Amino acid sequence: MIEVRDLKKSFVVYRKTGTLRRDRTIVHAVDNVGFSVAPGEMVGYVGPNGAGKSTTIKMLTGILVPSDGVVKVAGLVPSRQRVELARQIGVVFGQRSQLWWDLPLIDSFDLLRHLYRVDVASHRAQLDECVERLELQEFLSTPVRQLSLGQRMRGELAAALLHRPKVLFLDEPTIGLDVVSRSKVREFLGVLQRDRGVTVMLTTHDLGDIEHLCPRLLIIDQGRVIYDGALAALRDRFEPFRTLVVDLAVAAPAIVVEGAEVVRVEGPRQWLRFHREHTSAADLVARVAQQVELLDLTIEEPGIEDVITRIYRGESSL
Amino acid sequence: MTTRITARRSLTVLRHNAELYRHLVRARIRAQWQYRTSLTFDAIGSFFLTFIDFLVILALFQHFPRLGGWTLHEVAFLYGVAGLGFSLCDLVIGHIENLGDMIRLGQFDTVLVRPAGTLLQVMASDFALRRLGKALQSLTVLIYAIVVLDVHWTFAKVVLTFATIISGSAIFASIFVLGACVQFVFIGSSEIANAFTYGGNQFSSYPVSIYGAWLRRIFAYAIPLGFVAYFPTQYILGRTDDPLWLQLVGPVVAIVAVGLSIVVWTFSVRRYRSSGS
Repeated sequence: MIEVRDLKKSFVVYRKTGTLRRDRTIVHAVDNVGFSVAPGEMVGYVGPNGAGKSTTIKMLTGILVPSDGVVKVAGLVPSRQRVELARQIGVVFGQRSQLWWDLPLIDSFDLLRHLYRVDVASHRAQLDECVERLELQEFLSTPVRQLSLGQRMRGELAAALLHRPKVLFLDEPTIGLDVVSRSKVREFLGVLQRDRGVTVMLTTHDLGDIEHLCPRLLIIDQGRVIYDGALAALRDRFEPFRTLVVDLAVAAPAIVVEGAEVVRVEGPRQWLRFHREHTSAADLVARVAQQVELLDLTIEEPGIEDVITRIYRGESSL
Repeated sequence: MTTRITARRSLTVLRHNAELYRHLVRARIRAQWQYRTSLTFDAIGSFFLTFIDFLVILALFQHFPRLGGWTLHEVAFLYGVAGLGFSLCDLVIGHIENLGDMIRLGQFDTVLVRPAGTLLQVMASDFALRRLGKALQSLTVLIYAIVVLDVHWTFAKVVLTFATIISGSAIFASIFVLGACVQFVFIGSSEIANAFTYGGNQFSSYPVSIYGAWLRRIFAYAIPLGFVAYFPTQYILGRTDDPLWLQLVGPVVAIVAVGLSIVVWTFSVRRYRSSGS
């Protein structure tokens, strides 16, 4: 459904070097990016600020023309077939609205019907479903400017879906949302992908979105894709260590045990770091239990956020 | 056969666009109607404020019996035609001067992900009813001029009056569009465009003959502001300052100007999409 090969985008940036003189530099915002997304797949596209996420999305949606490379979305070339593509895709930019600010929400939906030339019956059916799933009923006739951020974002989602797009691009759809709205949006997106088979590409800073929604993750940094795969595999690959936390019956000096090392001691509680592939948790617990009397134990997995933060900082490399 | 199909298809596109424009503009009007009190005051304000322009002309005639060889009432007619053309254009497309803001706020990106023409969408993004105040003021002056002037009205003159108001609008609209194109490159450069749009309205409200030769060459012909009112009104008023063909060619000039502005707009949008400034 989405096909990207050797995609490049460079911008010419002028940097001031004197009162009048300025230097011309070329910035490679997207540098040889390639991936493909199958129909019905939901992909998380993440990376630090300025990594090239938005630039990629802009090229996929036909806003920007690539400097080089191949892009195909729903079989169309976005830069050349902007209008045809627009009918096939839905776009939600978390930080800007596509709704009519001073009109009731329902009026925006009606205008979008005319913009996308959807017939009344089909529009009605799709609208009813969105209204029900996203619980829009109570504020349908409220002017958009009076909506809360969560309500507005649900409205934006509905607006992007009314013409039944095949591909949905979401740029930071949960930014600034409260916990309830966020889970509502996530739940809806999950349903959408499961029941409708809509292909979804999602950029986000909230890794909770990814954990809840995206089996597949693309990480981009400095214009290049540095990881393409499952979220779980990312953890195994970049963070091979797990931690066993034990509560002892009585405080003791650091346990010495094969396959693990104590990284922290706090009274009767100790933290043992061990490699997920070299040492099995069961063996380790058995070995520890031989030495000391255990009251309780837990195994901690590294947070996905920690893993990704470290990848951004370049601390973990491929 | 194929030409007929192509013709029919472009007619359908045109009809769809007109329909879309109507829906979008109606929504804008509905939105403004929520604040009808402030809208009314705005329009009344603009009605009286623009009368000050006309008072300047009246003041000039206190000192000179004629302006560039034109009498007060003739200038009033010229002023009305030019002002009506400008204010109708301002109503429909004047907000394009905010294109820089649209780009900065990312609203233009939203325009690009929708299945409709970019210029159409930008045009339909507003319809500032308060600008009707200026239109009403120009119309008042025009009617006054028609009443006091002893014009020998023929069918051709009536047609040319309406045609001139429309082509004047179209010429101003192309200047607005071309000015907006500059903003794709230099965001926040709306003042440059203002010199030619609002400044152009001022220029076209007086007989071109009062200006120096160079100013006249640039502003009356190159930027075809002379065709907004000065040349065509000569025909209606029975004046012979300029040759007849120059008096009648205004609508053609307007069509060329509109065509040119659409070409430059298309080119600018393409450039914006590849540079993404």
